[in-house]
Amino acid sequence: KRGRGTAARGRGPGRGERALLTGLCPQAPELSREEKLQLRKEKKQQKKKKRSEKGPAAEPAEPGPPSDPGQPRGEEPPSTPPGSPRPAGGKSKAELRAERRAKQEAERAQKQAKKAELGQAAAAAKPRLTPTEPQSVVKRLPEHVQVDDPAAQRKLAKKLERQQVPLRQDYGTKVNLFSHLHQYSRKKPLTQQMSIPSTVIHPAVVRLGLQYSQGIINGSNARCIALLEVFKQLIRDYSTPPNEELSRDLVAKLKPHISFLNQCRPLSASMGNAIKFLKKEISCLPDTEWPWLTKTPSLEVIYLREKILLAAEAISRSAFEKINDNDVILVYGCSSLVNRTLCDAHAKKGRAFRVIVVDSRPRLEGRETLRRLVRKGIHCTYVMINAISYVLPEVSKVLLGAHALLANGSVMSRVGTSQIALVSKAYNVPVLVCCETYKFCERVQTDSFVSNELDDPDDLIVLRKGQAQLGGWAENKSLRLLNLVYDVTPPDLVDLVITDLGMIPCTSVPVVLRVKSVDQ
Amino acid sequence: GDNTTFRAQLRDDPDVASAVAAIRALLGFLKQDRGETIQGLRSSLLAAIDTLSRVDSSVAVSSGGELFLRFISLTSLEYSDYSKCKEIMIERGEIFLRKVSLSRNKIAKLCHPFIRDGARILTHAYSRVVLRVLEAAVESKKRFSVYVTESQPDQAGQKMAKALRKLNIPVTVILDAAVGYIMEKVDLVLVGAEGVVESGGIINKIGTNQIAVCAKAQNKPFYVVAESFKFVRLFPLNQQDVPDKFKYKADTLKTSQNLTEEHPWIDYTSPSLITLLFTDLGVLTPSAVSDELIKLYL
Repeated sequence: KRGRGTAARGRGPGRGERALLTGLCPQAPELSREEKLQLRKEKKQQKKKKRSEKGPAAEPAEPGPPSDPGQPRGEEPPSTPPGSPRPAGGKSKAELRAERRAKQEAERAQKQAKKAELGQAAAAAKPRLTPTEPQSVVKRLPEHVQVDDPAAQRKLAKKLERQQVPLRQDYGTKVNLFSHLHQYSRKKPLTQQMSIPSTVIHPAVVRLGLQYSQGIINGSNARCIALLEVFKQLIRDYSTPPNEELSRDLVAKLKPHISFLNQCRPLSASMGNAIKFLKKEISCLPDTEWPWLTKTPSLEVIYLREKILLAAEAISRSAFEKINDNDVILVYGCSSLVNRTLCDAHAKKGRAFRVIVVDSRPRLEGRETLRRLVRKGIHCTYVMINAISYVLPEVSKVLLGAHALLANGSVMSRVGTSQIALVSKAYNVPVLVCCETYKFCERVQTDSFVSNELDDPDDLIVLRKGQAQLGGWAENKSLRLLNLVYDVTPPDLVDLVITDLGMIPCTSVPVVLRVKSVDQ
Repeated sequence: GDNTTFRAQLRDDPDVASAVAAIRALLGFLKQDRGETIQGLRSSLLAAIDTLSRVDSSVAVSSGGELFLRFISLTSLEYSDYSKCKEIMIERGEIFLRKVSLSRNKIAKLCHPFIRDGARILTHAYSRVVLRVLEAAVESKKRFSVYVTESQPDQAGQKMAKALRKLNIPVTVILDAAVGYIMEKVDLVLVGAEGVVESGGIINKIGTNQIAVCAKAQNKPFYVVAESFKFVRLFPLNQQDVPDKFKYKADTLKTSQNLTEEHPWIDYTSPSLITLLFTDLGVLTPSAVSDELIKLYL
């Protein structure tokens, strides 16, 4: 085997040489990967020895992926080349390898034992034990905000290959500030890259993915409800293969579907929370609960009913108290919750109010709001977002929906929301946000750049008098189009958040998260 | 029945907060109640609270009453025997009353270290809690001077000035309109509160909002002292959003034809203008008030 016995293994072949090798002998990448793994393991051993020499340090010996994935080993100048003499001295490589293997086997046996225990304990004891690792876990960045990091993308590609889910290609040049996000084209849906019917992905999920990517299902509540319906169908069509445990196998079967949906359109916070809940519930079930999953009311229906539908009812009732007689309420875009609140308030016939609907390109979601409200007989005015400083002096309050509420109290919502909040603050108009508690996230974000979604830039092309303005944008090297989907409103611009737990100020979101995690 | 007890208590002991007197009256009512069911007891207590707030429509009475009800009913569902339940509720009511009467001293102990030697304090109208805090500061041998606003329309500031002079604190009474003038001379502003709302803002005698705005403009700390039974589940967005039943006195509400011609007695100060709140639950920032309320009410 190449490279094992040689002493001068330190740097290995240089970058250019390696490229040549990979070109000439297709076997070479396999070997170099193995070589890399060996190097990694040896380095870890060295580090561990150093640490045990320095003092006690309870670091678990995880043979998982290293902290900097995939950087070619030849490009780390400060790292000790493994060819240099080891501090422990004397032990041959074969002995070290044997030691490592023994350690890995021991750990694997431990893990199996723990899983078996947990499997029994979880059946007996709910609520489930939260992961009790007291070590400081550095949270890894999700893949969808690391598009410009080739190593992360390679990892993702490998994962998708394993799950047999196609990888969606990015489209068009991106604005530099957002080059870490995906930008897809609606004209190239993911289904073009896979055979239909697919053997791995359930057809209902394929349909759902297509509906997401084409924008047929829009809005965080609608997407979450559709997801839960599809999962219900998935679980109904599922049957445990022999020799497998229901809970673990079902969760494993769900993973490629979730990856597929993620490729079609990045998961929203509401969908993420719903999936987390489902996975947790499913992995708690012992085999004997199998018929319960298919009976009604099933898990999804419970989640749907309680957290989405009943919550909407509660919020609508609380918000009604805040609507006074002769109020002028400003709403932005299309939020199912805000629409429901206004329609219910109008139906109660206690308060006379009128609504100003603010809309913005390219989605023009305000038109849907306008349609729904006018149908109920509510007096509406329709303006574009450039006119808000003109209408705000006559507005008594602003009612906004939210995509997610972050742990520092920031509101993540459709792009344009923070602008409305900012101008309202300048005019001293109170800003109210309606949001169900299932959309609360543990994430913290202070700006709109780090984690966002880029929509199809071709949406910005407008057809006027037969001429497509901006139509040739791809040919122009110095022109980039940016179609952002979300933005983040800081908590000091929001006066009140109406949730199903009551009316809270923005800063109390972490308290609600704490209370919820205690409940569960 | 309890109207008269309530009024009597208020008359006899002017030092007790109206909310404490209300709670005492409710406890007495609870002891005398002849009902047989928990539901019946709850509804009669609610009716009693309503009656009391018709006598004195301050925010504190309604919040105190609601908190009393919540405190005693936290354990009532555990026992099937009604008389046992009632005993426990009465016991808890006594505990609540005791806690509430001690709260003022707790607050004074927390707050007086913030008054440094040589400080000049501005306060508004007549607040018994502020009086207690200043008393504690005098007991710890600090020297300071106080400016009190006259606080029209009932000239409550004069009452405060008289009480302060008895403690040998140098005091000056100023016009309500002179707050902007005097603000550069003072080191801190200390006011009481009639109610603390969910957002962390306070409801207090009219004129407080102006003082808060002036203090913010000149970067002077604005401290509020309030007992925890004054925490109320309101969330006003602006002055207009405060319910009418708190703005005007109970008698005015009953007799007046057109409320817009009456002058409101209280105003709402938003949490962005408040530096710290001193309560018997500790020293809180305005955003922590909501956390405490969630703990109290949920």
